[in-house]
Amino acid sequence: MLNKSIAELNHALHTKKISSVELTQFFLGRIKQFDTELNSFITVTEEQALQAAARADAQLAQGTAGPLAGIPIAQKDIFCTQGVKTSCGSKMLDNFIAPYDATVVKRFNAAGMVMLGKTNMDEFAMGSSNENSYYGPVKNPWHLGYVPGGSSGGSAAAVAAQLTPAATGTDTGGSIRQPAALCGISGIKPTYGRVSRYGMIAFASSLDQGGLFAKTAEDLAWLLNVMAGFDENDSTSVAHDVPDYTLTLNDSLKGLRIGLPKEFFNPSLDKEIANAIQAAIKEYEKLGATFHEISLPNTALSIPAYYVIAPAECSSNLARFDGVRYGHRCKNPHDLEDLYKRSRSEGFGKEVVRRIMIGTYALSTGYYDAYYIKAQKIRRLVRQDFDDAFKKVDVILGPTTPTPAFKLGEKTSDPLSMYLSDIYTIAVNLAGLPGISVPVGFIQGLPIGMQLIGHSFKEARLLNTAHVYQKATDWHTKKPEGF
Amino acid sequence: MSLTADDVKKIAHLARLSLPEEEVALYMQQLSPILHFVKQMNQADTSQVEPLSNPLDLSQPLRPDKVTEPNQRTAFQAIAPQVEAGLYLVPQVMEGEDNYVE
Repeated sequence: MLNKSIAELNHALHTKKISSVELTQFFLGRIKQFDTELNSFITVTEEQALQAAARADAQLAQGTAGPLAGIPIAQKDIFCTQGVKTSCGSKMLDNFIAPYDATVVKRFNAAGMVMLGKTNMDEFAMGSSNENSYYGPVKNPWHLGYVPGGSSGGSAAAVAAQLTPAATGTDTGGSIRQPAALCGISGIKPTYGRVSRYGMIAFASSLDQGGLFAKTAEDLAWLLNVMAGFDENDSTSVAHDVPDYTLTLNDSLKGLRIGLPKEFFNPSLDKEIANAIQAAIKEYEKLGATFHEISLPNTALSIPAYYVIAPAECSSNLARFDGVRYGHRCKNPHDLEDLYKRSRSEGFGKEVVRRIMIGTYALSTGYYDAYYIKAQKIRRLVRQDFDDAFKKVDVILGPTTPTPAFKLGEKTSDPLSMYLSDIYTIAVNLAGLPGISVPVGFIQGLPIGMQLIGHSFKEARLLNTAHVYQKATDWHTKKPEGF
Repeated sequence: MSLTADDVKKIAHLARLSLPEEEVALYMQQLSPILHFVKQMNQADTSQVEPLSNPLDLSQPLRPDKVTEPNQRTAFQAIAPQVEAGLYLVPQVMEGEDNYVE
C-alpha cells in the first residue's frame, strides 16, 4: 500500500484487492509508529476514520463509489471539521471544537475520502518552519534535525513519510510550495478564488488559498478535481469552469514556452540549487519546450509589500479572538478590557503577536497611506509584471526556495531572516496566481524543489507541465530512509 | 523607522494585547528592523498606480438578502467560555446609574 498513486489505490479499491478499512488501518498504523518522532499530526481521528472507511466500503460494494472513495487524506488543522478540534496550531483554539465543516472538508467527505486527522502547522499559518506551533515543531523526515518548512509543515512531513497518501494545506506566502520543496514532495497552490476559503481560518484574506500535497502532480490532479470549484459561502470564490485536470496530464510539451525570470537567477541563489534547475531546464528542452528570459522587475519589492499586507489583514482578522464567543479566555478578568487583553496575550504566540502589532501599526491613523496603500500599489506593479510576462510565455520556471531545509532553531531568533526565505513564492500570492512545486534534486541528502507558475486558472497547464517532467525523471520517487 | 517604548505600548493597546513591561524592549528591538525593511517600498514610484486589493481585481458579488441559515445558537454557544440563558457573559461594563452618561 506504500508508494501507490491515487489512481492505483482507486483501482485496488474498486477491484476489491483491498478495502478502505484495511487501507485506513494501514496508514493509522504508520501514524502510530512514526508520528511520535515527526509530530506531524495535532489530532488523529482514528474512530471517525474507520467509520468513514466502512461507509466507503459499503459504497464500493454497491458500486456507487466515486473515484476518490475510500482513500485516506489528512486535513491541515486550519480547516474547520465539525465535532473535531480545530486548533490552527494555537493555544487560542486549543479548546475549539468546530461547529461546522469547511467547504473543502465537506467536498472531500462527500467524495468518500477518509480523514485520518488534523496536521500540525505554524500558529495561524504564520511561519516558514513550523516552529511557531503551540503543539511543538514538526521534524523533516529527510533529516530529523531540520525543519519541514511551513506553515503547512505537518501536512508536508506526513506525505513525505507516507503517513497519508495526500494532505491539504494553505498558502498565503508560500506555505504549500515551500514545505513541499523542503520535504521532497509535490504541492499546488491554486489561483486565488479557485478553492473555497469558507471554514478555512483566515490569516490574510486577500492572499490565503487552500491547496494540496501529494507524491506526484498526477495525484494532485485527481484531488484538485474534487477540491476546486465555486462556493457561494465565500465571496471571493470565482465561478470559473473546473476542467477534469487528469485529462490533460499527458499533453505534449512540444512548443511550450517557459519563462526564466532573470531576477530569480541571481548570485544569492544557492549554486547547487541553480545546477539542479539547469538540469530540469535541459530535461524540458528534450521534451520540446522552449526557454525565454523574462523580467519580473518588482520581485524584490514583493517581500516588503507582503509583510505589510499580510500583517495588516492578520491584525484585522485576528481581532475576532476576544475571549467572549469561543477560544481561550483568561482567568478572573477584572473588566472587559482586561478580558480582551489578557485572553489575547495568553492565547497568541510570539510570531502572531509580532504580526498583529506590525499590522495594527500599518493600519493606524497617519500610517495607513504610507504603509498599507503603498503596499497595495506595489501589489499592482507585481501583478502587472506577471501579466506582461504571460504575454510571452505559458509557464514561468524557477527555484521554489533559495536554500534547502535549515536546522531547527537556526532562524527562530531572527524573524526577518525567516521572511527573506520566501523570496520566490510571495509574489505569486500577491498576484493571486497558481503555483506548483515538484522535487528536482538533493543537496547533501536534503530535497529541493522547482516552482512552476501559471497564469490565472491555468492549473491544468501547470499539472501537465509537472507531470510530463515526472514521467521523464525519478526525483519524485525518492523516499526518506527509516519510514 | 525606530519605535519608541511609547509607540510599542500604544500599538499593543490598539491591538488589545497586554505586554508585560519587560517585553516592550523586546518588541521595540524586533519590530523596528521589520518596519525599516518594509520601507524599501519607497524605492518604487507609485504616483500613477492604483492600489490592488483583490489580486484578480474582482469586486465582491451581491446576493439577495434572504435567510439561508437556520438558528444555531445552541451549537455556537456550546463552545463559548461563559454563557447563561442564551447570552454571552462578560465582566460588568456599566455599574449602576452613577456611571451612565446621557
